[in-house]
Amino acid sequence: MPTSTNAPDLLIIGAGVIGLATAWRVARRGLAVTVLDPAPAGGASRVAAGMLTPVSELTYGEEPLLHLGIASRDRYPAFVAELEEVSGRRTGYRRDGILEIAFDSDDLAFLEDLRRFRQSLGVPAEALSGRECRRLEPMLAPSVRGGLLAPEDGSIDPRRLTAALLTAAERTGVRMDRRRAAGLVVERDIAVGVRLDDGTVLRAEKILLAAGAHSGDLDGLPDGAVPQVRPVKGQVIRLRTATPFLGRSTRGVVRGSSIYVVPRDDGEVVVGATQEEMGFDTTVTAGGVWQLLRDARELLPGITELEFAEVSAGLRPGSPDNAPALGPSPLPGLFLAVGHFRNGVLLTPVTADAMTEILVDGTVPEVAVPFAPDRFAEEARA
Amino acid sequence: MAATDPTGDTDPLVIAGETFGSRLIMGTGGAPSMHVLEEALVASGTELTTVAMRRVDPSARGSVLDVLRRRGIRVLPNTAGCFTAGEAVLTAKLAREALGTDWIKLEVIADERTLLPDPVELLDAAEQLVDAGFTVLPYTNDDPVLARRLEQVGCAAVMPLGSPIGSGLGIRNPHNIELIVEQAEVPVILDAGVGTASDAALAMELGCDAVLLATAVTRAQSPVAMATAMRHAVQAGRLARRAGRIPKRRYAQASSPWEGIGTS
Repeated sequence: MPTSTNAPDLLIIGAGVIGLATAWRVARRGLAVTVLDPAPAGGASRVAAGMLTPVSELTYGEEPLLHLGIASRDRYPAFVAELEEVSGRRTGYRRDGILEIAFDSDDLAFLEDLRRFRQSLGVPAEALSGRECRRLEPMLAPSVRGGLLAPEDGSIDPRRLTAALLTAAERTGVRMDRRRAAGLVVERDIAVGVRLDDGTVLRAEKILLAAGAHSGDLDGLPDGAVPQVRPVKGQVIRLRTATPFLGRSTRGVVRGSSIYVVPRDDGEVVVGATQEEMGFDTTVTAGGVWQLLRDARELLPGITELEFAEVSAGLRPGSPDNAPALGPSPLPGLFLAVGHFRNGVLLTPVTADAMTEILVDGTVPEVAVPFAPDRFAEEARA
Repeated sequence: MAATDPTGDTDPLVIAGETFGSRLIMGTGGAPSMHVLEEALVASGTELTTVAMRRVDPSARGSVLDVLRRRGIRVLPNTAGCFTAGEAVLTAKLAREALGTDWIKLEVIADERTLLPDPVELLDAAEQLVDAGFTVLPYTNDDPVLARRLEQVGCAAVMPLGSPIGSGLGIRNPHNIELIVEQAEVPVILDAGVGTASDAALAMELGCDAVLLATAVTRAQSPVAMATAMRHAVQAGRLARRAGRIPKRRYAQASSPWEGIGTS
């Protein structure tokens, strides 16, 4: 079997936000990096809405994830500034807060419970009356009961982000290889390379798996080397408007059902997202679109006037505890940045920084310690 | 493992000839993560857990079905999300094909706002599914007449609601639940409305054979702790029912002084 000669220091499987950002940051440290992906920036990163909020989707028991999310959110301004400079591209980054809205009194009770939970974690959120919410966002339905404002949160356009990351990575010397990784090559219990679907073997000193929901697909992964990552389908709608419709990203709890609407400077308005456990299915469905538009219209009645531009479905990489696995796998030579679930875009800067330190310096930064891949080992044995 | 009461009797739940040691049936909706769901299911001690067929892909890796398989918990597919008998029957048939079980928790919902069962569609679907050889466990209103009709068409259990799905309002009409229990010759499973442990205990004290719940556990601040509480509550309620409670009195009655073994 043919083997390529000039082996890179690092071979990354997957050119989504996580793989690309890590490639760029590692290459900046002088390593030779190759990224394998038949369709760069084509997976979940293409569908994601790009809300940058460590608190909005937080639930009880996920406190470690909150701290990782806050660390990443707060790295975004510097990360974006450097990225936009190196790539010469804009990313649509905004930090103008996220408004969360309760539609009826049951939803308000739910939001109030969340507010107290966040307060107990030291992340206070400002409680607003329905009137105050509508003063901020006049398009909100008159009936909304109240809300919370997370002023530190924001959003980014993941499509622009991946485009900028691709350019920055290539300008920093990263090689993009548009072939498909089929299997891992393991010799004497060490991961030494990747077999492509055409049979070619690419060897590298280190291999980073960052293939999102497909991270478990690779042939030759020893049992327990990669935590269980399952695809969680999300359908997302993209609308367009010529006149400003919404000032900032707005999440709603509408009769117990969750919806978000993310405006961009270029007139795009993203409405998401369903959460479906349907395996590797990315069909868009009538019911998915209906559910999103139903809830979006309850929250923002005027939204039906907008142009319908697109509906797409992506696969979130869901780990057993909703948090990513970052660091060396139990198999020497193989490293993981997988399982980011709903938070891939948010966690991109902190993941790229942590993985760079792990891959280049061989040390695990403190912020990544709770996310070591071996925390799932016990479960795998059960 | 069948539960044993303090007198040494085993007291299993029997549905359609199948025996279960636990009288707590779990649902899976609303869990914050697979990991938490798995821990909560284990803590609940459940041996039967219901899964919405419209919301899972039976062949997907890492799904809730994987968790049930790994933990040896029997899966009870349900028809959540169906509004007509036609959809429910079709969904049940797909479930049978995909999972190889003819047990089905039948849900036919009238509207999204209340998620209350549509009694006319429910009875129609139950009849069709029984005829097609299914073991049918219908989610029904707390209406004793409808419960009786469901039993008459051949359902293997009846599952009246305590209050609307996910509401946590407990048992709003205990009298109706008692009437259903009194007349039923199939197991009565209280389904929906449980908010906390006392609701589950009350269901068992009223004579229900089992309790089915999901949200009360999956959306609790600590799902694992609440699952443990529910396990104990169902056992406590069952024991209390079998122990035979004292009659209620208007005035006090001293517990020890003159009669019984408390004399000095």
